[in-house]
Amino acid sequence: MSPRTPGADLPEHPDSLWRSPEPERSYDVVIVGGGGHGLATAHYLAKNHGITNVAVLEKGWLAGGNMARNTTIIRSNYLWDESSAIYEHALQLWEGLEEDLGYPILFSQRGVLNLAHTLQDVRDSVRRVEANKLNGIDAEWLEPDEVRKICPVVNTSTDIRYPVLGATYQPRAGIAKHDYVAWGFARRADEAGIDLVQDCEVTGFDTDGDRVTGVRTTRGTISAGTVALCAAGHTSVLTDMLGIRVPVQSHPLQALVSELLEPVHPTVVMSNAVHVYVSQAHKGELVMGAGVDSYNGYGQRGAFHVIERQMAAAVELFPVFARAHLLRTWGGIVDTTPDASPIVGRTPYDNVYLNCGWGTGGFKATPGIGSALAHTIAHDEPHPYVAPFTLDRFVTGALVDEHGAAAVAH
Amino acid sequence: MQLIACPWCGPREEVEFSYGGQAHVPYPDDPGALSDEEWAHYVFFRANPKGRFAERWKHSAGCRRWFNAIRDTATYRFERVYRLDDPKPVIP
Repeated sequence: MSPRTPGADLPEHPDSLWRSPEPERSYDVVIVGGGGHGLATAHYLAKNHGITNVAVLEKGWLAGGNMARNTTIIRSNYLWDESSAIYEHALQLWEGLEEDLGYPILFSQRGVLNLAHTLQDVRDSVRRVEANKLNGIDAEWLEPDEVRKICPVVNTSTDIRYPVLGATYQPRAGIAKHDYVAWGFARRADEAGIDLVQDCEVTGFDTDGDRVTGVRTTRGTISAGTVALCAAGHTSVLTDMLGIRVPVQSHPLQALVSELLEPVHPTVVMSNAVHVYVSQAHKGELVMGAGVDSYNGYGQRGAFHVIERQMAAAVELFPVFARAHLLRTWGGIVDTTPDASPIVGRTPYDNVYLNCGWGTGGFKATPGIGSALAHTIAHDEPHPYVAPFTLDRFVTGALVDEHGAAAVAH
Repeated sequence: MQLIACPWCGPREEVEFSYGGQAHVPYPDDPGALSDEEWAHYVFFRANPKGRFAERWKHSAGCRRWFNAIRDTATYRFERVYRLDDPKPVIP
C-alpha cells in the first residue's frame, strides 16, 4: 500500500493560462486546428522565428480532439530513416520541453516494449532495432526473460494464444500528461501574443488564383498571409473546401482507462499483433489503446466489439488486469494514409501548408512537427525533417512505408 | 452493437461484416493511357466525407457477398444498402 493518495503530487489545475480573444481581421499566419500540433507550431513560430502575428483557430475548445484522447505514448523507434529522423527530433525536444515551456508536463521516460508474438514479428523487430541503432536511436532486442525483468506483469509463459517471443525496448521512450503538454504550449503561445481563438470553425476559404486570401469562419472572415492546416481527422473536411485531394481516411480509434490502481505497470507495452498498448498513468489508471475501427468515421466513438477484443488481448497478456474495472472508453478520429506516414508540406495553393496523416501516432510527434512546420512556414521551404513527407510522394512512388514495420497499430 | 442489413440475409450484427472502403471506383477504361498522377489517384486517393458516403461492405461471416451501402460517417447510420449492380441511390 502506498501511503500517498494517487495523484497527490500532481500540480493543481491553474485558473487561466491564456486569453480568449476576439479574432482580428487579419494575421500573417493562420493555423487551423488548436490541438497539439497547431499549438506547438504556434509556440515555435514565436520562439524560433519571432513570428507572433498568428491565430490558432479551433472549432471546439483547445486540445479537445485527439490531444485529449490519445494514449500519450512517446517513442522514436521507427524503421525508416525519414520517420526515425522526425520522431527522434521530437523525442529530443520532449526531453527539454518542460524547461522550454516552463510548465510541468510529467514526461516520464519509462521505456517502451514492443512485443513480438510470431517468428515474423521477431525478424521484423530485430531488423528495426538494427535500423534504429544505425540512426543513433536507443534500441535493444530483449528475450522473454529480459522482458519479464523490465515488466513483471507481462505474461511470458509459452502456453498463451499470443506468446511473447521477445520485444524491442527503447529506454528513452515514455509518456507525458497530454493536457499539460497542450496547456504548456498554449500558455507560451499566448504569452508571445498569439491569439488562440476557440469556438471558431472554418466554413470555407476565399481564394485568388493559387493563393488563399481569407479563411471564412463562424466568427467572421479572417485574411491570412499563410495558412497551415493542422486538423488531424478533420483534414479532409478542409481540403474538400479547397478542392485539394488528400489520400487520408478518417477512422475512429478507441482507448480506455481503468480505475486508479497502485503502481503495477512500470513501463509502456505495445503489441502490434493483438492491437493493444498499455501504460499506467501518473494517477494510477491503466491507459489502453486499441487498433482503429475498420470503417471511416467522424463520430469520435467506435464499436464495442473492438474494445472487447482489445480487452481480451490485454487480459491474456496481463492476467493481473483481469479484475480491474473499466472506468470509461472514448474515441478519437485518426487520419490514416496509405503508407502509414504523415503528409506535411506544400499544397497546390502557394500559401497553404498541410500537416495531416499522422494516424495513430501524432501525439509523440507534437514538438517535432511543431518546430519543423514552424520552420517550414517561416522559410517558405519544407524543413528537411518533413521534406520526405510530401503529398506528391503518392505520385512519385517515394512512399515511407511504416505499416507494420514500426509497430504502428493500424 | 450495430445491426447492418445485408441485402441478402437481412439484419445481422456488425461483427459479421468487413469494410471495403469507397464504392463506385471503377477500374480505368484505358489503363495504359493513365498518367502517373491519374494512377496515383486511382490507387491511393479515396473520398473521405463527413456525412453520407457510398461504400462497399462484405458479409464476411454470413453469405460472404459484397454489397454497397450509403452510410453517414458522422452518425454511422446506414441509410441504404444496395446490390453491387444497382446504381448509386439518390437520397433526398
